[in-house]
Amino acid sequence: MTSLAQAGMLDVLCPMHVLVEKDGTISHAGPTIQKICKTGALVGEAFFDRFAVKRPKGIVTMDDLRRKAGSRLHLALEDDPGSDLKAVLVPHDHRTGSMVINLSFGISILDGVRDYALSNADFAATDLAIEMLYLIEAKSAAMDASRRLNLRLQGAKIAAEEQAFTDTLTGLKNRRAMDHVLARLVGNQANFAVMQIDLDFFKAVNDSLGHAAGDHVLQAVAQIMVEETRNADTVARVGGDEFTLILPDVATEQMLLAIGDRVIERLKKPILFQGQACKVSASIGTVWILENHTMDAKDILSDADVALYQSKKAGRSRQTLFRRNGARV
Amino acid sequence: MHGLINRSIQNYVCDTFGNDVWGQVTGSADLAIIDFEAMMSYDDDVTTRLVDAVSLVMGRPIHELLEDLGTYLVSTPKLEGVRRLLRFGGVTFEEFLLSLDDLPDRARLAVSDLDLPELEIDERGNGCFELLCRGSVSGFGYVFVGMLRVIADDYGALVLLDHETGKNGVEKIFITLVDKDFAQGRQFDLGARLG
Repeated sequence: MTSLAQAGMLDVLCPMHVLVEKDGTISHAGPTIQKICKTGALVGEAFFDRFAVKRPKGIVTMDDLRRKAGSRLHLALEDDPGSDLKAVLVPHDHRTGSMVINLSFGISILDGVRDYALSNADFAATDLAIEMLYLIEAKSAAMDASRRLNLRLQGAKIAAEEQAFTDTLTGLKNRRAMDHVLARLVGNQANFAVMQIDLDFFKAVNDSLGHAAGDHVLQAVAQIMVEETRNADTVARVGGDEFTLILPDVATEQMLLAIGDRVIERLKKPILFQGQACKVSASIGTVWILENHTMDAKDILSDADVALYQSKKAGRSRQTLFRRNGARV
Repeated sequence: MHGLINRSIQNYVCDTFGNDVWGQVTGSADLAIIDFEAMMSYDDDVTTRLVDAVSLVMGRPIHELLEDLGTYLVSTPKLEGVRRLLRFGGVTFEEFLLSLDDLPDRARLAVSDLDLPELEIDERGNGCFELLCRGSVSGFGYVFVGMLRVIADDYGALVLLDHETGKNGVEKIFITLVDKDFAQGRQFDLGARLG
C-alpha cells in the first residue's frame, strides 16, 4: 500500500492521528486533529512545537516518546495549554523510524466538542464519542429532574416541620405552638400565668446513662406535667430540657403555687429506666399576669426567666413567683 | 460538601459503630440533620463538624477514622459499586495509580456537582509514586490511604503507604509498590452487571 493510501485509511479510522517522522517532524495529520489545531497547518512542524506531554512527566525528546510506545499518554496542545488529550504511540515504519500518535479527548470530550465545534463527521464511525455525549446529556437531564424532585421534597419536609405544633419526642406542644397560645392571651389582655420549668441534672442523666435514658426521662416528665395541669392549660417542651406551661384563668396565687409544688414533688422521685434510677428535679419560675395588662410576650417570658434563675440560684427543686419588686415566694 | 460524602460518613459510622453512636455524633456536632441525603448539598463545615464529633465520641484520632472510612468505602459489600468504579482505572495496580488524575473528572461525569479533591500522581521510578491531594476539606488524603490499601489488595499488589501534610495544606501520599504480583487479587469483570 502506498503511504498516501495508508494515510487516507488512517484519516477514516483515526481522524485525530498524526504521523511523525524519526526527527520529530509531523508529516501527516488527520482531519479532526488539524481542525482542533487552529493556529496553522501541523504538517511540516516539529511535534514538540505543537504538543506538550503532560504525563508521564519528563518526556521532551522523540526518544523519550518512543520508549512509551503502547502506553497511555496525556498531551496538551501548545495552542491551548489547558487542553487534556489522551494519546497512544505506535511505531509506523521500522526502516524510516516514523511513528503514528493517535489522540482522543478521553474524559474531556464534552469540552472538546464545545470548544472546537465538532460534529459527528469529525469522529470515526466506530468511535463511541457520540454515544458518550448522548449518555452524558441524557444522564444529566435525568439527574436534574431527580435533583429538582429532591429539593421539592426537602422543601415540603421542612415546611411540614415548621408548621407542626407537636414535639415529636414527648407529644407535648412545641415552642411554635406555645408562641401562638401566648400571643393570643397577650392580645386578649387575659388573666393567665406562665411557668418556665427547667429540669435539673438532666445532662448528667444523658451523659451517664445515654440518650435512650434521657429520652425516657423527658417522656415521663411530660406525662407528669400533663397529669398535674388542667385540660385548658398548655404544656410545651421549648428546648432540650426546658418546658413552658401556660395556665389561663388563674383564680388565686395558692392554686398557681399548688400546681408548681405538685410538679416539683413528683419529679423528686427517681424515674426508672431499664432498672436504673434516673434522678432529676424541677426548678420553676412563674409569672402571673392579671387582666387588662399591657405587657408583651417577650417581657413576660423574660420575667419568668428571672424567676426561674432565682429558683436555680436558691438551690434548685423549688419555685419562684415573679414580682415587680423582685421579692421571692 | 456534597451529600454523598456526608452520607458516606453516616453509613460508615452506623455500620461500624451502630446507630446509637450516630445519634451521639449528630448530637455532639449540634446538627439538626440526622439523616443525610446523598443527592443534596450541605455546607462544608457540616462535614468538618461531623468528623470532629466522630473522633470525640469514639475517642479516636481523626486521621485514623478517615483512613478507616476509606477502607470501609471500598470494602463493604454494600458499596460494591465503588470498588468496581475504581477498578475501571486500569488492568494493573500501576495503571490504576496513573489513572487517579482522572478520578475527580470521572466522578464529575457521574455526579456533576461532586467536587472531589484535585489529585495528581507522579511516577518516581523504582515502583515509587507520589499522590498529591488538594481539597477544600483537609484530611481527604487519609481517606485515600485507606482506599488505596484495599484496592492494592484487590489487585493482588503489596504496597507501602505513607501520608504527609505539607505546610500549604496539600496532602502527599507516598506509595511504594513492593510486589505487583504478591497475591492472586480479586477478579474484575468490566462487563459484570451489579444487582
